[in-house]
Amino acid sequence: MIDTLLIPFLKILIVLNATLVAVTYMVLLERKVIAWAQSRLGPMRVGPYGILQPVADAIKLMLKEDITPVRADKWVFTAAPIISMVPALIVYAVIPFGPTVSLFGRQVTLYITDINVGLLYIVSVASVGVYGIILAGYASNSKFPLLASLRASAQLISYEVCVTLSLVSIILMSGSLSMVSIVRAQESQGLWYMFVQPFAFGIFIIGSLAETNRAPFDMPEAEQELTGGFHTEYSGMRFALFFLAEYANMIVVSSVATTLFLGGWLRPFPGVAALSFLDFVPSWTWFLIKSFVFLYVFIWIRATLPRYRYDQLMRLGWKVLIPLAIINLVVTGIVKVLIS
Amino acid sequence: MGTAIAFYFISACILGFAVLVITTKETVHSVLFLVLDFLFVAALYVLLGAQFLAAIQILVYAGGIVVLYLFVVMLVNLKRPPEAHSDPRRKTKLGFGLAAAVLAELGAVAAYASKVPARPIVPAAVVPGITGNTEVVGWMLYTSYLIPFEIASMLLLVAMIGAIVLAKREL
Repeated sequence: MIDTLLIPFLKILIVLNATLVAVTYMVLLERKVIAWAQSRLGPMRVGPYGILQPVADAIKLMLKEDITPVRADKWVFTAAPIISMVPALIVYAVIPFGPTVSLFGRQVTLYITDINVGLLYIVSVASVGVYGIILAGYASNSKFPLLASLRASAQLISYEVCVTLSLVSIILMSGSLSMVSIVRAQESQGLWYMFVQPFAFGIFIIGSLAETNRAPFDMPEAEQELTGGFHTEYSGMRFALFFLAEYANMIVVSSVATTLFLGGWLRPFPGVAALSFLDFVPSWTWFLIKSFVFLYVFIWIRATLPRYRYDQLMRLGWKVLIPLAIINLVVTGIVKVLIS
Repeated sequence: MGTAIAFYFISACILGFAVLVITTKETVHSVLFLVLDFLFVAALYVLLGAQFLAAIQILVYAGGIVVLYLFVVMLVNLKRPPEAHSDPRRKTKLGFGLAAAVLAELGAVAAYASKVPARPIVPAAVVPGITGNTEVVGWMLYTSYLIPFEIASMLLLVAMIGAIVLAKREL
């Protein structure tokens, strides 16, 4: 009873709440880092160094008037923020934060579940999240959101291909689709896959920037061109849901990249015995540190790079990344056959 | 018992959403019901223990193909009601004939299946040492079903070339 119901329930509760708190503080971190990049201070008024800014933002967003345009498609307009938020959260079901640990005299796994098609689950759930953006643009019955959602659907479908292809070479390396087994494979092979598969890593990072609508690929919500993009007509808490979904997706992508390319919960250089003194650090700490690095890099890229033009984006996706991913996949397969 | 309840619930949802797909007036709504339908089909796969198929079902159908449907539906203006006069070339009888043929075939399959006891399509252990959903699917595709698999991929290749030729007038 405790093992089948209570512990999974507690894990889900902790993971969901931790994610939502992390998401709100990601917003603050982003504002702070971009401010520093532009020689500003960022939020400073609410709490020391603006540390309570997310609380103030949340209260403000919940108290704002929630407007549904008269000509909007009401059902779809209501469903769209939910559709984009839910996939971002349910992906955490298969992300391993750590191995099995003993807690209060009980063996507890630091992941909610480990299914044998974990990676495919993540990819397919993420592909459903696309609907949120497309439907929001359609249902608003307004020109800019519609344009944004057309851009978004083309962009997201294009980059889904190269991201998935780059993941296939990781599957070839580890011989498994389960997230836990992929980390274990990196442990037994003694190397993070980032070093073995640098091309797949690069393609995954670029592709996931586009998949999460982050700068320099934030075409679907380009403020200067589309007055906010697909969520122009949204206000109050529904707008907040889109915002939260975007940041939750960033955290998902960072966690997935950490698990697949940076050895998940493993310490640096898991094959080198001389570094085993690092084992005193709890394994989940490594996971959080690595994910944080990715999140920081995402913000850093946004503060540094200007936005791509739409045709450049498509050319990069179809003419550079996809061929590169296919070549990488073929080479990986050949090398794997030659070695074994 | 639990499995039976889940099966009938999922099947009812699949059929219900399928009916909604063809009865809804708004095209976008019917595309959305199609997505829900595909999601429940994936749930049915999970119930049958075919997790790999379930994930692929969501990835390819719900996540890929229907997004393209939506893309097209949003680009084409469907707000105008269809024209009142009927197309003289339309053959209404043919549709009934085809539907009757499909119904007869399904009935025959159902009647045949009720006579013959059910047996698993994939033997429990195809090859010693190969376990797990994905591995078995891959093994079956590249051994017993190699030729259908290759024909399907050829068909896709031809369709791809055809699409490029249609889209690009001058190559």
